[in-house]
Amino acid sequence: MTPFEPLTGIAVPMPQPNIDTDAIIPSRAIRGIGREGLAEGLFANWRYLPGGLELNPGFVLNRPEYAGAQILLGGANFGCGSSREQAVWALQEFGFRAVIAPGFGDIFRRNCINNGLLPVVMPAEAVTAMARWVEEKPQWHKLRINLQAGSILPSEGCPAWLGETLHKTRIELDDDEREMLLRGIDPIDLTLRRLGDDLDEFEKRHLGKYWYLRNS
Amino acid sequence: MSRTLFEKLWDAHQVARAGGNADYIYIDRMFLHERMGSVALRKVLDRGRRVRAPKQVYGTIDHIVDTRPGRGGERTQVPGGEVFIRAMRKGAERTGIHFYDLDDRRQGIVHVVAAEQGIALPGMTLVCPDSHTSTLGALGALCWGIGISEAEHALVTRTLKVARPQTMQVRFEGELGRGIGAKDLALHLIRSLGADGGRGCALEYAGSAVQGLDMSGRFTLCNMAVEFAAFSALIGFDDKTGDYVKNRTPSALDGTFSDWVSDPGAAFDRSAELDVSGLAPMVTWGTNPEQGVAIDEAVPSPLDCPDIEAAGGALHYMGLTPGERIQGKQIDYAFIGSCTNARIEDLRAAAEILRGRRIREGVQGVCVPGSSFTKRQAELEGLDRIFIDAGFEWRESGCSMCFYAGGESAPPGARSISTSNRNFEGRQGPGVRTHLAGPQTVAASAVRGRIADPREFLK
Repeated sequence: MTPFEPLTGIAVPMPQPNIDTDAIIPSRAIRGIGREGLAEGLFANWRYLPGGLELNPGFVLNRPEYAGAQILLGGANFGCGSSREQAVWALQEFGFRAVIAPGFGDIFRRNCINNGLLPVVMPAEAVTAMARWVEEKPQWHKLRINLQAGSILPSEGCPAWLGETLHKTRIELDDDEREMLLRGIDPIDLTLRRLGDDLDEFEKRHLGKYWYLRNS
Repeated sequence: MSRTLFEKLWDAHQVARAGGNADYIYIDRMFLHERMGSVALRKVLDRGRRVRAPKQVYGTIDHIVDTRPGRGGERTQVPGGEVFIRAMRKGAERTGIHFYDLDDRRQGIVHVVAAEQGIALPGMTLVCPDSHTSTLGALGALCWGIGISEAEHALVTRTLKVARPQTMQVRFEGELGRGIGAKDLALHLIRSLGADGGRGCALEYAGSAVQGLDMSGRFTLCNMAVEFAAFSALIGFDDKTGDYVKNRTPSALDGTFSDWVSDPGAAFDRSAELDVSGLAPMVTWGTNPEQGVAIDEAVPSPLDCPDIEAAGGALHYMGLTPGERIQGKQIDYAFIGSCTNARIEDLRAAAEILRGRRIREGVQGVCVPGSSFTKRQAELEGLDRIFIDAGFEWRESGCSMCFYAGGESAPPGARSISTSNRNFEGRQGPGVRTHLAGPQTVAASAVRGRIADPREFLK
């Protein structure tokens, strides 16, 4: 996993609530068991005109002012639905490094953490405020994300009201999540190192009681 | 001290604290399918790791396998799908997990099979890389859906780091009328409290209407918890649970499960109570499970919806006008299947309506039993004849038209009524308009060729 470095990036607003993982990547666009080749299928139902790969000029990601976007400003319950981790892989391959939303589908959020895509929960008003400012001049009104400092700030020239809103917000992650993202630590290695003998001891007790769960 | 069922399950599986709000939870069993499980197994093998307890991991093929009669080998209508089927077989063989291939009578949709074969049992934790794993919570087991990386983690360490959810009790009180089932309860709940009404919560369903449900209905109710944004859902052990697991477990376990209930007086973080005594059959009108109405209601105006823009978009996609009645809307496609509503009881309920009737000319009806075992049972009861005589296709088991993966679909713009769990845009195919409903509503609608009230057939 790649460590999450500080980022100043173009943000694209997609405020619609309940954008599900089928919308992020339709099942038909998942053609191989690897994590590559998925960006083409990102938001395929919306990004292309019906029946082909011709870009739909009306879809926000296709608008030239959002070219190179790295931050997605989502709506409530973003990433709900299917557990498909390919939704996260597709977002990353397309170039996204962070998603900011008032709330996430549980599994989607955990998939983000496990792959180094930063999920940030923020109050709906803060997300809407950022979106409003970003929309004015997407290529200039960028967001600066510093995970180490826990901050999301607008790039220079932002109005005072937005500065105030964002100064009050903090990136909420638990310590492990923050460490994993900052250092790109593999979660399996972390668990095995941390649990050590505790796991064997727990397992012995547990399987003593629930004999039918033994590996035999 | 009184504990909720969730707290008992959590305490029994807590290996260690993980800092903050999270704990390491021991995973008793896992279930894998070819679409996501194959990828997890491949990652484990590619990194030279070992599955810690392969004999407690089960796998099958359900998501993208062809369900048309005569299938076999790697046949799938999904472009590139063969790769997943091959990878699942190979991964299962190399890791030594239990595997129910297409020629195994235990094959079927993961969550149907896990219950039917006694793999999920009261008091257990079970995870599967599929969001509808909460289905199995009806057994009084803590079961939830995970991603591929988490599946890899659970395979290697037999643990997962889990942020402890809050507890939420949802009580359904009242007696359900004829023609009303668990699917209607679920759609009513999600409509009432919103598609993220259960955010961050382990639900426990209770109340007289839940006590009255058979196990099949309880699975349906727990299945839909993820459409309510819940972490998972539970129903406490009772006589019905006991009868269900009795023939599915070693006899030494008889009578050992009765403690998997919430203690009297146990406190929940949140609670909700819904009076469902007058509930009518529910149908969704939009592209999110919260966008539902009772069959005798009109499609709402976006102005009366929480998000005007989203509701307007949904109406446009669905080809509906505010104020028009949902009942009577012409349909093209009727699907009875999925982990939500394809157990034997669902098939019997649909057959009750279809017996001696034909579905309307021009409607394509497809029935896909939840497992190969269920299919055989239905055939022994003669249900297949009822479906076939009514004009339904009678399929092999799999997820089938619950979701479109590039293979089978209805034509764009087609209106489908479906017992599945998601009415998202494009879920059953590009431009396909999906209305979610229970099995009797789908059967009645197929007969009428229009969205119909099943109670008219049950008088």
